[in-house]
Order: sequence, then structure tokens, then C-alpha cells
Amino acid sequence: MSFFSFLSRKPTAAIARDRLQILLAHERGTLGGNSDLVAILQEEILAVIAKHVSVEREKVQIKLDRGDSFSTLEIGIEIPPGLAEKQASLKRAALRAS
Amino acid sequence: MSKVLVVTSGKGGVGKTTSTAALGAALAKAGKNVVVVDFDVGLRNLDIVMGAERRVVFDMINVIQGDAKLSQALIRDKRVETLSILPASQTRDKDALTSEGVEKIIAELREKFDWVICDSPAGIERGATLAMHHADVAVIVTNPEVSSVRDSDRIIGLLDSKTERAAKGERIEKHLLLTRYDPVRAARGDMLKTEDVLEILSIPLLGIIPESPEVLRASNLGTPVVLSNPDAAPSRAYADAARRLMGEQVPMTVPGEKTGFLTKLFGRRVA
Repeated sequence: MSFFSFLSRKPTAAIARDRLQILLAHERGTLGGNSDLVAILQEEILAVIAKHVSVEREKVQIKLDRGDSFSTLEIGIEIPPGLAEKQASLKRAALRAS
Repeated sequence: MSKVLVVTSGKGGVGKTTSTAALGAALAKAGKNVVVVDFDVGLRNLDIVMGAERRVVFDMINVIQGDAKLSQALIRDKRVETLSILPASQTRDKDALTSEGVEKIIAELREKFDWVICDSPAGIERGATLAMHHADVAVIVTNPEVSSVRDSDRIIGLLDSKTERAAKGERIEKHLLLTRYDPVRAARGDMLKTEDVLEILSIPLLGIIPESPEVLRASNLGTPVVLSNPDAAPSRAYADAARRLMGEQVPMTVPGEKTGFLTKLFGRRVA
């Protein structure tokens, strides 16, 4: 930190105001009506995947990015190793049976 | 016509108890009959801020459970005749605060006082929702800082949905009290400005209380700041806010510390 660093320091209040405006626009919507939309989406998406693949809870990453005009929900699921082979052998078994 | 006012914020440490004591004392000094009620069961502090901590015999929970009469639990302020305090319990569990009990006490207080000022605990749990439930007017205490503003927004949502007035389809009167404001830092762009906070929360402004060492001095003494040093900047700001609550039109200013000739000369307060 140089002696003159205060000269180049940018005001931060405007950043605070913008962050609050974006955040509250979202919170007002979600907290008012559909309280835990993200939590519900997460549960249901995982349930669908778990029907076909055994998913470990810790191996699921969920990221939410609230933007000014739109938000993104990103769900990353690590598929257990050997799953592809398992599926192939299942298919072979099914073929043999038929 | 008596009014029930809740002083609330969501976030802790923004100045609810200080503001309750100051607004209560200012209204009482203006001749109104005022009671300040502590809703923070288990963590009561209004008594110590008001300097009444050694005079507490019974508390609100005693009254709710029928162990004491309301008149026995009320403590009359020694400095302002028309000011009383109803302390919270320090030892009991906050589940002892029942909604029926609170309703009965508030109804009784309405008959005795012009202003019933409820000091809400921080948070959005039972104590906070009970403190706001019967309110006609809410004062939302906010610091010009992101976490405080966010929590205030949440509290405003609860005031519009969880109170008795909201249930009846009526609106609750809401006012913003901006505390710990530093006009110099705001002008420099290092603190949210009053306009920023007003734009985000969009409720009318009751007053701007400047950051001041007088506030800590007052709590050290156990005297509401408007009584300990009526000429100090925060005291004048609280007095103006109280006048606005009574319906007066008072121009909005941020009072500064008066710097007289001697103060300038010696660089510190001399009297």
C-alpha cells in the first residue's frame, strides 16, 4: 500500500447500491411467492437423475448466479466411474435374454 | 387515540434499543404519555439503556403468567414523568411470550398511554414477529450498509404480510430511521447515501441520525441521548423524528455538531 494509494481509491457506495438492487429484486420475488424455487428445482432434477444413475449427494454441485436481466442455475453431477461399462453389460445381458 | 409503534430492523446492533429510548424520551418530553416495551426476552437491554436496570422487580412474562399486575411491572422514569418502561424477562425462555398474553398486555397499555413503543429483538423469529404484530406504525432502523439494508427489506416484507393490520387488509405505516450516518463519508462516495437507501427500500424517511460519540456516552450513563445532551447532533435528530411521528412537518436535515468559538479554539467540547 503506497502512500498515495488513497488518491486512486474508488468510491464504493455505488457498487453497494447496485449489488443491493439486484439482490433484493430477486429476494422480493422468491421470498414472496415461490419460496425455495432453487431448492425445489434441485430436488426434482436430482430425483429424475437418481432414477437412472446412483448419485452421491456430495458429488453434486449447484451454482446459482443471479444477474440483472436473467439468472443461471448450473447443476454439475459427477457420474460414478465404470457406469458406462455397467450400462454396456446390462445391454448385452438384455440382448442375450431376448 | 393511542398508537402502537414497533422499532425493528432485522439486523442486530443497528440502534433499535437506542432509538426506542431516544424516541420514547423525546415524545414524553413533548408531553405525551409513553411506555417503552422490551420484547427481547432473555437478552433484555432497554432497562440498562434507560438506566432502570436496578429497579426491575416484575417483567412482561410475570404479567403474562399472572404473577404480577401490569401496573406492578411498569417502571416510571425518574427524569421524565410521562415516560414508563415495561422490561422483558431476563431469565425466562422466549416461548413464555404467548400471542394471547402479548395481545392482552398491548390492549391494556393502549388504554393507559398515548404511545406504546415496542423494542423488537433482532432477527425474524417469534419475538420479532410478536413485537410487530399489533403495531399501527413501524420504525425501521437501518444503517447505510449492505447487510442492514437487506435485512430491513426483509422486515418490510414481514410487516406487510405477518401483522394484524396486514391480516385485516390494512396497511401498516412504515418509516425509515437511518442511523449511524456519516455525511462526510457519504459525500465522498464511501457510504450509501440517504437517497440510495430510500430508493432501494422505498418507504418514507423519518429521520437521519448522525454517527456520534454522544450515543455511546448516553448508554454509558443509562440516559436516553435526548435527555443526557439535548443539544447534541443525534439528540436534535431524534427530537425532529419524534415531532414527525406526531404529525408535524419538520424540514429534513442531518444535524451537525455545533462548533462554537471556544470549541474551535480548544479543539474539544469545553462545557
